[in-house]
Amino acid sequence: MQISKSLRRLIYWQLGIPIALLSIGIYHGLMQTIYRSGLLQQANFAKLDYYQGLTLHGVINAIVLTTFFAVAFGHATISFYLKAEPNKKWSWISFWFMTIGTCLAAWAMLAGKASVLYTFYPPLKGHPFFYLGTALLIVGSWIPFFDWARMYVKWKKINPEVKTPLAVLGTLVNFTIWFVCTLAVAYEVLVLLLPWALGWKPTINVVLARTLFWFFGHALVYFWLLPAYIMFYTMLPKLAGGKLFSDLAGRVALFLFLLFSVPVGVHHQYSDPSIGQGIKMFQGLLTFGVAIPSFITAFTLAASLEYAGRKRGAKGLLGYFGKLPYLDSSKYLFAYLICGLFLFIFGGLTGIVNASGQLNNVIHNTAWLPGHFHMTVAGPVFLAIIGMSTYLYSSLSGKKVFLPTLNVIIPYIWVIGILIFSFGMSWGGLLGEPRRTNLGLTYLNPKSELFTPEWVPTTMLALVGGIIMFIAGVLYFIVFFGTMLQKSHTEPVLELPVSEALHNERRIPLFDKFKPWLVAMAVILVLAYTPALIDAVRNPGMKAPAFTPDNPTPRESVSPVKSPPIKSSVVSIKTK
Amino acid sequence: MSLIHSSEKKVIAITGCLLALFIFSILYSRNKNNDLPVCVPFDKMYTQPKVIKLDETTYQVYVVAQMWQFQPAEIYIPVGSEVDFFVTSKDVVHGFNIAKKNVNLTAIYGNINKATVKFYKTGIYKITCHEYCGVAHQNMQAQVIVNYPQSK
Repeated sequence: MQISKSLRRLIYWQLGIPIALLSIGIYHGLMQTIYRSGLLQQANFAKLDYYQGLTLHGVINAIVLTTFFAVAFGHATISFYLKAEPNKKWSWISFWFMTIGTCLAAWAMLAGKASVLYTFYPPLKGHPFFYLGTALLIVGSWIPFFDWARMYVKWKKINPEVKTPLAVLGTLVNFTIWFVCTLAVAYEVLVLLLPWALGWKPTINVVLARTLFWFFGHALVYFWLLPAYIMFYTMLPKLAGGKLFSDLAGRVALFLFLLFSVPVGVHHQYSDPSIGQGIKMFQGLLTFGVAIPSFITAFTLAASLEYAGRKRGAKGLLGYFGKLPYLDSSKYLFAYLICGLFLFIFGGLTGIVNASGQLNNVIHNTAWLPGHFHMTVAGPVFLAIIGMSTYLYSSLSGKKVFLPTLNVIIPYIWVIGILIFSFGMSWGGLLGEPRRTNLGLTYLNPKSELFTPEWVPTTMLALVGGIIMFIAGVLYFIVFFGTMLQKSHTEPVLELPVSEALHNERRIPLFDKFKPWLVAMAVILVLAYTPALIDAVRNPGMKAPAFTPDNPTPRESVSPVKSPPIKSSVVSIKTK
Repeated sequence: MSLIHSSEKKVIAITGCLLALFIFSILYSRNKNNDLPVCVPFDKMYTQPKVIKLDETTYQVYVVAQMWQFQPAEIYIPVGSEVDFFVTSKDVVHGFNIAKKNVNLTAIYGNINKATVKFYKTGIYKITCHEYCGVAHQNMQAQVIVNYPQSK
């Protein structure tokens, strides 16, 4: 379909900005594997500190890229399926909120004033602009959601008996989850952290802040994932040359995500004090509820791929795996999506370990964790995002993809890198190797008393994987920005691959309206989070003052400005 | 054709069995030496690092994590001891992970975390801070030294 120049430009920018920033994110990903392996035995490189780079890596890759992309992809799916465009003014206001927020946070991180990692756990304090920037980015991403909801209600009034297109349902479910979970982090940032970072409030309840963060933090992973799920259900079967086995299964799975993605955040706090064992167990068991939509999806996608493979002449039980368009450069999205699905199998298996309280005791906060989530967020999520970014950009601009053969092999290079990297990290985690630590300075430095030889092979594997991933990343930048430099050769259109349903399933009202699901979501949420929040408010004994990463004494001064730097006193001694 | 395909019914049944298995395993494997941390009300006494010997093989250790060390940094106990660790932080969030043992705690200012573990074998068990706690986070390690009979 044709879309206005304004919407086209909006989507270009929403894809281009985070992918440009991704270069910083990916650079720091590589650097971490180098520091951790002991190849670099220093606190910083090229004037950027390890923990500063780690903060940049997490915030850019996991929050900025994913949020910008979700909004851009939301605009694309909603416009494409509802045949209408979002409100121009509000879309651009949202864009500016998100962009200014990103700039503020980026400045704080690059200036070294917010090396607090992407979880920004207090009482480690970052620059107020870091918190303000994050809040602006999030609030900016709410605006299109309200607009899409308005468009959907309008569409539904005209088409009451037509099934809501699956992609539209997915986008709305995703942003409902996003809106609900970000309310908690917005409260954390605006009410707890910002006044405290500015020095207006002397202390903070750390456990409450962590509980609010993880209310958001786990739902966040589904917010990353659902755009990929939308592509799996509505595009992958078509790209494979078949049809979607069951459209209803997709609806059921998406609505179940509405129930199971938020009320499980406490499983990130199994090791925390002051939160009761009972509520940890309860949310732990709820976490396993997500197995239901996951299995529904695994079956439906496999059945759809089997149908496609058999149509292409596959025989036998599993012969269809051999007949899929893995290296068809005209259907490169298939390669990106199937590679992501493959990694997701391992992401899911390692996730079961994390979700089980007792097993989590072994691997909590070790290298196992990044090993796990690089097979989810840097697996299906990342591959779907970068593949779709190229796809949307090239169809919206009418430009041909630069180096199409290279483009189709990038996801396979990425998969090899991730598998090696995650194997090393998971292994290291089982041996107690900590995550988020500049290992090269001590644990992987043979000159240090703390040298731990068991972690040499594990960090070396992570390094090899990291290098391969970095190469795949650089090749991707060549393809994406190379495409930007191409000349338009066809009419710019908004076109998405559309999978037909294999069976003509009738419309079931329960799976075509939001109200009952929203009510159920609210009930489970209240049941799961009331006890956790009561614990977090009541049990802590004292609130904590603010600390900066470089100093064990609290920043008691009301002013957020740093105390006089040590350098000047050194100079004054010398002059004496 | 019915609404739910026969294969889909099978998949739902398999999912149900698998979920039941997982949930059973989680509930079954709860025991004293490998459970989630215990909630302990805050008390100032835990903010003083200390090793308390209750009897020959029962110890309590009050661990204070701070930027960038654990106190006590070396904990001597005899083999076969059961140790209650009470962990808190003097400043930012720290991690408390005992290698080769299922003790994995978060140390938080103003909060007390508790886990109990039994040391069956002699040896040195490293305690590593695995939560980022500032510029010297990578230096933060302590150890439990299990060296019966000559426990210090």
